[in-house]
Amino acid sequence: MTTMGLEVRREAEALVIELVGDWELSHAIPRLGPLLENDSQAPAAEAVDFDATGLGSWDSSLLTFLQQGMIHCEAHDLEFRSDNLPEDIARLLELARAVPEKETERASAAVSFPSAVGTGGLAAWDSLVAAVAFLGEATDSFLRLFLFRLRMRWRDFWVVVQANSSGALPIVTLIAFLVGMIISFLGAVVLRRFGAGYFVSYLVGYGMLREMASLMTGIIMAGRTGAAFAAELGSMKITEEIDAYRTLGISPVDHLVVPRVLGILVTMPLLTIYAGFIGILGGMVVAILVLDLTVTQFVGGLMSAVTLPDALLGVFKGTVFGLIIGLAGCMKGMQTGGDASAVGKAATSAVVLGITLIIAANAVIDWLAVLLDV
Amino acid sequence: MDSGAPEENRAPPIEVRGLTMRYGPLVIMEDLNFQVRRGEILVIMGGSGSGKSTLLKHLIGLKAPAEGSILFEGQDFHQADARTRKGILRRMGVLYQNGALWSGLTLAENVALPLEEYTELDARSIGEVVSLKLSLVGLRGFEAFYPSEISGGMRKRAALARATALDPEVLFFDEPSSGLDPISASRLDDLILQLRDSFGTTIVVVSHDLESIFKIADRALFLDIKEKTMTAMGTPQALRESPPSDEVRRFMTRTSEAGPDARLEAGPETGLQVGPEPGSSLDSSASHDMKTPRRRKEP
Repeated sequence: MTTMGLEVRREAEALVIELVGDWELSHAIPRLGPLLENDSQAPAAEAVDFDATGLGSWDSSLLTFLQQGMIHCEAHDLEFRSDNLPEDIARLLELARAVPEKETERASAAVSFPSAVGTGGLAAWDSLVAAVAFLGEATDSFLRLFLFRLRMRWRDFWVVVQANSSGALPIVTLIAFLVGMIISFLGAVVLRRFGAGYFVSYLVGYGMLREMASLMTGIIMAGRTGAAFAAELGSMKITEEIDAYRTLGISPVDHLVVPRVLGILVTMPLLTIYAGFIGILGGMVVAILVLDLTVTQFVGGLMSAVTLPDALLGVFKGTVFGLIIGLAGCMKGMQTGGDASAVGKAATSAVVLGITLIIAANAVIDWLAVLLDV
Repeated sequence: MDSGAPEENRAPPIEVRGLTMRYGPLVIMEDLNFQVRRGEILVIMGGSGSGKSTLLKHLIGLKAPAEGSILFEGQDFHQADARTRKGILRRMGVLYQNGALWSGLTLAENVALPLEEYTELDARSIGEVVSLKLSLVGLRGFEAFYPSEISGGMRKRAALARATALDPEVLFFDEPSSGLDPISASRLDDLILQLRDSFGTTIVVVSHDLESIFKIADRALFLDIKEKTMTAMGTPQALRESPPSDEVRRFMTRTSEAGPDARLEAGPETGLQVGPEPGSSLDSSASHDMKTPRRRKEP
């Protein structure tokens, strides 16, 4: 077995490349361009010819060299003579040269800044239009639900209720307990400095009921349920199940979105109340262990500080967050397009959109609460 | 289902006028003009990526025409109000490529849903209609199964039961034989023929399965990916015997070469006997393009 090689010689106007030895992909593939440049003989070559008499075995490395050479010749107006190549090689080259069936219309990679801005703007506009259309359809369905003109699919509703209640309790318990402890630790550090350790129950009570119970439950549910909605509806989109509703003249929103959104809308306030309770428990444990408060002191402080409107604000927030998570998840699912990878993207963007909107809504509600002095 | 002989003077079930289909700026097909006649089986043929399925999506109202119009018994679906649209949708059925049965519902519930939506039948009568529809497609006793528990061929037949639940006047099939073994595919072809013969249903089929096309099609139209429009319309036999273009001839005779003197005339096998090392990476990559087009699956 001899190693691959090239011999270059001039015959009149043609540069003859002698292919020798065994060509294997394990060796570097030579290029035709430098060979032509090295040819110092004037006038410059007008054609490239080959001599394959010394060629041993060969594989794709030789074909790559030849194809690249062919492209080089076309670009530089040189004649590429394949007549002296073995017939099977010539045939494969011819096959590789065949015109593609369809013109490729993929845009080139380089995009100018204005065009990127324009494309981005149009895409943003499109997704805004799609979101408004989805919200309109959902509003229409919910209106018909409240007017008893919609046949509710209770089974899907109960499945969602179950997944968001007993199914979500362990994680909500854990997170709420830890958050309660964290608030209490924070109080221990800050309040003890002023000798006001007693007031840690105020901090835990306000913090959990007004803010953290609904916010943490919302974030957990956005990751858990919002993503699940998007993935479920997204795969239904891909298997054309949603199209099948549409072509039967049945609203997929009625059948798929309404039970899901209603399910999370019902369970989120309940979970928020539960999370608030567990969080206060977590805070109390830290207060007793670290701040040496008694249960009576902690609960007493809590009862004198926290009022019912504080708790109701949290429950209201939880309800709003539930609506946001349900709608964001279902919307991203219904808008899934294309293939299986789009389902993953839909689930991801449902979570991102859900959490972003929850936090934004939280800020707005807090502001309104301050304005309204709740 | 009473749309038979006496209604010859009604508007054609489907009429396509000057239709242009687009995905964003990309034109798929332009200037499509054809009518579907009552009670015929029309096959939309074309290579992969030629826009067959896109055309189907336009015909069933899922996509709006970029230009031109599609008339369903003289009514433009996309111009009509919600009530007319629902009336149009009620009179047509669609069999999607993989069935598109609702995965959360049993077969019986799948078939029952359109009946519940559109009729005033009580639960018992609906159950009986569902049993009838399922046994017509050979699925008696499978009422309580979920779509994931049955085979692909059974899923398609169950989907056919759902598509015919409301006795549609027009039925659309998207690649009925894709993903099916020859026996199941032929069985589905028989069902299509029987639907037309016994109910007089007008049927539009998207397919590139030649065998099935010759078996079921009354007429076939060909979408040419290069011309970006339809280049042929007629019986499959006529299209094979006197093809109006080279592309149609190649499609109808299942050949890949461009002309009679093509290099690969000798057949793909001889074309592959190259390179001294059999089984090298070269062989497998080269053979991929040279195989004749696959028939039952989109590549």
